[in-house]
Amino acid sequence: MTSKLAIAVPAKGRLKDAAGALFERAGLPLRKTGHERGYSGVMEGLDDVEVAFLSAAEIVHQLEAGRVHIGLTGEDLVRETLPDVEESVEFLRPLGFGRADVVVAVPDCWIDVTRMADLEDVAAQFARAHGRRLRVATKYLNLTRRFFARAGVTGYRIVESVGATEGTPASGTAELIVDITTTGTTLAANHLKVLEDGLILRSQAHLFAARSAAWTKRTTRLRDAILARLAEAGGKEGGD
Amino acid sequence: MAAESAQQFEALEAQAVTLLDVFREGGYEQVAPSIIQPADILLDQIGEAIRGRTYVFTDLSGAELCLRPDLTVPVSRLYLERHPHADVEARYCYNGPAFRFQPKRASEADPREFRQAGIECFGVLDRESADAEVVLLVADAVRSAGLRDFRFRFGDIALFFALLDALSLPERWRLKLRHYFWRPPAFHALLSRLAKGEGAASAGPAAALAATLPTQDLEGAEEILASYLDANNLPLAGNRTLGEITERLLDYAADLRAEPLPREAATVIDYYLSVEASPREAIDRIAGIAQGSGIDLERGLYMLAHRLDLLEECGVNINAASFATEFGRDFEYYSGMVFQIEVGGDKGSPIAGGGRYDGLLRSVGARAEVPAVGSAIQTERLLASVKALS
Repeated sequence: MTSKLAIAVPAKGRLKDAAGALFERAGLPLRKTGHERGYSGVMEGLDDVEVAFLSAAEIVHQLEAGRVHIGLTGEDLVRETLPDVEESVEFLRPLGFGRADVVVAVPDCWIDVTRMADLEDVAAQFARAHGRRLRVATKYLNLTRRFFARAGVTGYRIVESVGATEGTPASGTAELIVDITTTGTTLAANHLKVLEDGLILRSQAHLFAARSAAWTKRTTRLRDAILARLAEAGGKEGGD
Repeated sequence: MAAESAQQFEALEAQAVTLLDVFREGGYEQVAPSIIQPADILLDQIGEAIRGRTYVFTDLSGAELCLRPDLTVPVSRLYLERHPHADVEARYCYNGPAFRFQPKRASEADPREFRQAGIECFGVLDRESADAEVVLLVADAVRSAGLRDFRFRFGDIALFFALLDALSLPERWRLKLRHYFWRPPAFHALLSRLAKGEGAASAGPAAALAATLPTQDLEGAEEILASYLDANNLPLAGNRTLGEITERLLDYAADLRAEPLPREAATVIDYYLSVEASPREAIDRIAGIAQGSGIDLERGLYMLAHRLDLLEECGVNINAASFATEFGRDFEYYSGMVFQIEVGGDKGSPIAGGGRYDGLLRSVGARAEVPAVGSAIQTERLLASVKALS
């Protein structure tokens, strides 16, 4: 049992399809075992690899706990969820897909605001006028806290938002947002603009190794074999 | 973290009985505010630094709640529930748990669950007497618990605000400095930039528009901005108003036109914030700074001296205490006297701390400012210090 390598890949969404195509091209197609709606599988062409199909967020927790050896998920989720990233996981390979920027965006009618430093002044003014702090809607609580602290912005509070975050300024439940964007179309459609120095993270999908997983000679060899196949298949696939 | 031993539990319980006895004898009624608090009110008051360390959760009805990270806000809410008009004097004491996430993992020195014992005094109009009363009672309490050797450290938030009022500054800079005071790194960066004579405003897309706005006519400026937004398909959305955006553009225009903050003012603030000495010496030095720059701080300094006199009359050795103008900048609700009780050479882990917070009740629902002052003892630290000293 300890000789098997456990790898977790996304069970749905954009990352699932791109991950499937990636392993396919590397000659290691993923195949579900049991019924089609199940969540476990194998990697054809390599024995002793167990594949778990999980949500991208759950993969981060499985990596942290060391219950899988390797996980494919977004860097944004890993940096958001793990308090000490380098201690928990190793960045094995960037995959060139699942690209998304985590950014700070404000209503584009705020023509007096272009940089992070403006936010603290606006926070002060807002507190005087409304008796409360600026609210930042986001699902990235930790990334936001760290980035705002580094920028010296403190007069805010976070409201958690797990969907339709870009709609919160217009609906009045937040004044600004921290969210992912790929092309900027959604932000623009909601009359939001990204601050000049408001890029928190350029994220993409990565292959991660769990430092606390049970690494044996066998699982290490399996990891190296997978990485070698991916390298042969080329790093540019799915690139945008 | 090791489980609390039976011995530690009994020692803390016994210590709490002693502390509460002192508080009750001093005329403070014991209260027990809720451990679970509405997250909104609490987190709006304490700021993101402690919010990041507060246990926040959503219950089954969807309400956002938290485990109290501190007892001052919960006790203030309790006062308002009992006295919605906030028009009577009330003195409360308490002993109970507070909770804070410890990013470096909880330890004995920094537990995630700790017990605070403290007092809060509301509605007393003679502020200096109330300040002295709270300081003395907390000192009595830690002494009764067996702490023989400790020092006071004082600060005075009101004096800094008095300094800002006395300096000749554009109002927009007074407001800005008041806000930045609570954010020391940003404050000092700003001040040193200004002291060097570097402007605060940078050129941006708003600069051209700002320059065209009539400075003395807010309404006219709002109209110009409104038509600019309209013409550029930038619909006004969200809670921030047209007036607020205009106001900031006008400030921006004013900074482009004139020196943002007189260099002398920046220097005076810098001098002031570097004062750290025994309280009487600090008063002399601050008076010297005021005199040298021709500003009037007499009333604030008189209040400070008066408070020290009251403490001295009651046996506090003021000369052994320290006073720092920088001290007290981590809880934004403080508005006047601040103090802490320290032991050993460590000023980072005080045994007790507190201060005046006249503005807090208004932000949790009172109609006007309510005089309020209080202090809390970190009981695990007190116990450890008493043990270490005996």
